[in-house]
Amino acid sequence: MAKQPHATPLLDELEKGPWPSFVTGLKRLAKDKDYVVDVLGHLEHSYKTRKGYWKGGTVGVIGYGGGVIPRFTEIKNEKGEATFKDAAEFHTIRIMPPAGMHYDTSTLRQLCDVWEKFGSGLIALHGQTGDMMFQGCTSENVQPAWDEFNKLGFDMGGAGPSVRTIMSCVGAARCEQSCYDEAKGNYLLTNRFLDDIHRPALPYKFKFKLSGCPNDCMNAIQRSDMAIIGTWRDNMRSDETMARAWFAKHGMNELVNDVISLCPSRAIQIKDAGAVSKDAHITSVKVSDSQSLEINNKDCVRCMHCINVMTGALATGKDKGAAILIGGKSHLKIGALMGTLVVPFMKLKTDEDYEKLTDLAQTVIDFFAENALEHERTGEMIERIGMANFLEGIGLEVDANMVSSPRSNPYVNTGDWDEEVARMNAKKAAA
Amino acid sequence: MAQAPQARKPVEGFLDNKKFLHPKFVANYGNWKCHDRPRPGVLHHVSHSGDEVWTVRAGTQRQMDHYTIRKLCDIADKFAEGFVRFTIRSNIEFSVSAADKVAPLIAELEKNGFPVGGTGNSVSMVSHTQGWLHCDIPGTDASGVVKSMMDSLYEEFKNEQMPNRVRLSTSCCEINCGGQADIAVIIQHTKPPKINHEQVANVCERPTVVARCPVAAIRPALVNGRPSLEVDEKKCICCGACYPPCPPMQINDPEHSKLAIWVGGKNSNARSKPTFHKLVMAGLPNNAPRWPEVNEVVKKILMTYKADGRPWERMADWIDRIGWPRFFEKTGLPFTKYMIDDWRGGRANLNASAHLRF
Repeated sequence: MAKQPHATPLLDELEKGPWPSFVTGLKRLAKDKDYVVDVLGHLEHSYKTRKGYWKGGTVGVIGYGGGVIPRFTEIKNEKGEATFKDAAEFHTIRIMPPAGMHYDTSTLRQLCDVWEKFGSGLIALHGQTGDMMFQGCTSENVQPAWDEFNKLGFDMGGAGPSVRTIMSCVGAARCEQSCYDEAKGNYLLTNRFLDDIHRPALPYKFKFKLSGCPNDCMNAIQRSDMAIIGTWRDNMRSDETMARAWFAKHGMNELVNDVISLCPSRAIQIKDAGAVSKDAHITSVKVSDSQSLEINNKDCVRCMHCINVMTGALATGKDKGAAILIGGKSHLKIGALMGTLVVPFMKLKTDEDYEKLTDLAQTVIDFFAENALEHERTGEMIERIGMANFLEGIGLEVDANMVSSPRSNPYVNTGDWDEEVARMNAKKAAA
Repeated sequence: MAQAPQARKPVEGFLDNKKFLHPKFVANYGNWKCHDRPRPGVLHHVSHSGDEVWTVRAGTQRQMDHYTIRKLCDIADKFAEGFVRFTIRSNIEFSVSAADKVAPLIAELEKNGFPVGGTGNSVSMVSHTQGWLHCDIPGTDASGVVKSMMDSLYEEFKNEQMPNRVRLSTSCCEINCGGQADIAVIIQHTKPPKINHEQVANVCERPTVVARCPVAAIRPALVNGRPSLEVDEKKCICCGACYPPCPPMQINDPEHSKLAIWVGGKNSNARSKPTFHKLVMAGLPNNAPRWPEVNEVVKKILMTYKADGRPWERMADWIDRIGWPRFFEKTGLPFTKYMIDDWRGGRANLNASAHLRF
């Protein structure tokens, strides 16, 4: 039984309404822990004054340079004593979840046991970096809590100027759109960069996110320094039984309005069944005895729309792998940047293929570590030095897939044109 | 800190996730054929092997007490098959290998207060950050804004009545940890930082702070004989970037830190290329505990989109069709000079054509 709760009239308002309430959860924890009684008091004070009162500091565990997010209260009396003394420290431990955030219940219960014993009992599943966030712990309990998590087989997530915890989608485990083994990519990249995750020594953070298809459920292009987006390069597959069933249910209006018209590169046409092109790059499927969809795979940009609408009837190809985009990030400092394409297709099937992926990642991170300014993200570095220089630095050849359009201004010296064309032709001939 | 002699050597390494997967996921890994949604909140996946699996998705409060997680585990053990998964938006998923297990699972989840939904063209749970609960630089709370939004969008989570999926986010400062979204609620400071000159020299590495400013508005200065910093307030864009490396440059203000609303961020490559969200409303008060003004604007935008969007149009696709003038007209939001982009590259956001909508 814990001490008397603080009055929390503002937070009480967040117990109303149908959505699950985090305040109700905190109050339940506060029944047993003085610590959480004061966490609630601290939070109520923020609600009352509309300001935050946690400051950072230095708390860590032995052998690691990051992963713990330290918080010390700034709500103090005139003598400098914490007003909410039982919650004067409120550190978070970031633990990397299993790839794709899959769990069995016994593991989740063991994690709960650790946090009930050493922490506040409050767990965020999951933080924006993709970690399990064990929120609320005293300095004294950080090391023993970490020891228990580590004994369960879990490892610390990234924080600060480091490689961050890597995120991958539900993936091949339960999604038909998966174009590679996202969990394997996540596993191999994480284990390759453990040192860079745990001992922050980069100019700034570096994020990998892995999405199994261009639906990009991990928001990799918007949010990661290196986005690995599943795609394919052969023809889309089709299934006539399912295509006919879809058409029988949805009809011609939806086929035209929701599928054909929304194709961004006008790669789909409706054709009389007998008039479908026999070209090698055509995917066609009958939707009825008289009519077929005809998809020109040379025009298709692999956006996923028609596959999303007619899942099963249409599907990704079989020659699968990933496209790689580099430089995505949020606003600070120069404004939000999307990742941009640097590798149109990397086959991801064999162990050697995946090794090429982790090797490329290593090259990119080495270049970033060498060339970025302090607190500069990869995208900002590329903006500063120019994409062509970056590509040369990491040893990638230019490709017309890398641009929305070629340059529209003449401010470039093309004096080495002939040499450049000769060099590229020689490289092509040697390949 | 623990004493060095007793130090345990940590075991570094990332676990293979196979042992955490539902047995059907292991058996059909990489071999799924298609899926459909028998009802909102339920996904039905079919494998090329003929195996089927039903997944029930439910909303959570994200910041969960261990009792809540244990309750979800109890439900997984009794009504599902002992495995769960979390989505990027903190929804929990339970997978079962027989259709007749779905209804009892849903009943149990809803009996315990976990709404079933968040699939397909619904409004899913808000992707969000820590806020006042734990962040060191928050302009507002995250969990509270989200709780009040999800209360108001509860039926939209449980049903699939939107033109396409809707992804929301909230962020407690302009770093935008919540991420890009169809509708994003983000703190927008409106006053330059108030500098505590007594503390700057002790707490801040001044060159770092100067370098952090996106508009070079900060310079070193001597104030009352002590080394400090000063801000050119005419240049300052009130972004708050100087605050994390230098807390004495207090940017958060109970009154002047407002909330802004952004729309049309889209992560997927489906149809159009991914997009960033765009500013459509600012100046909303940081009105804890339930932020009614923010909720009203979010709901107005969502209901306008719901009524006017065509099937499969994400928020960005819808606006691309109807155009910005009609977006502002239909939502009743004011179009102001603050929406004209003057940041680097911003000219690309101007209309270099005679394409007009009246």
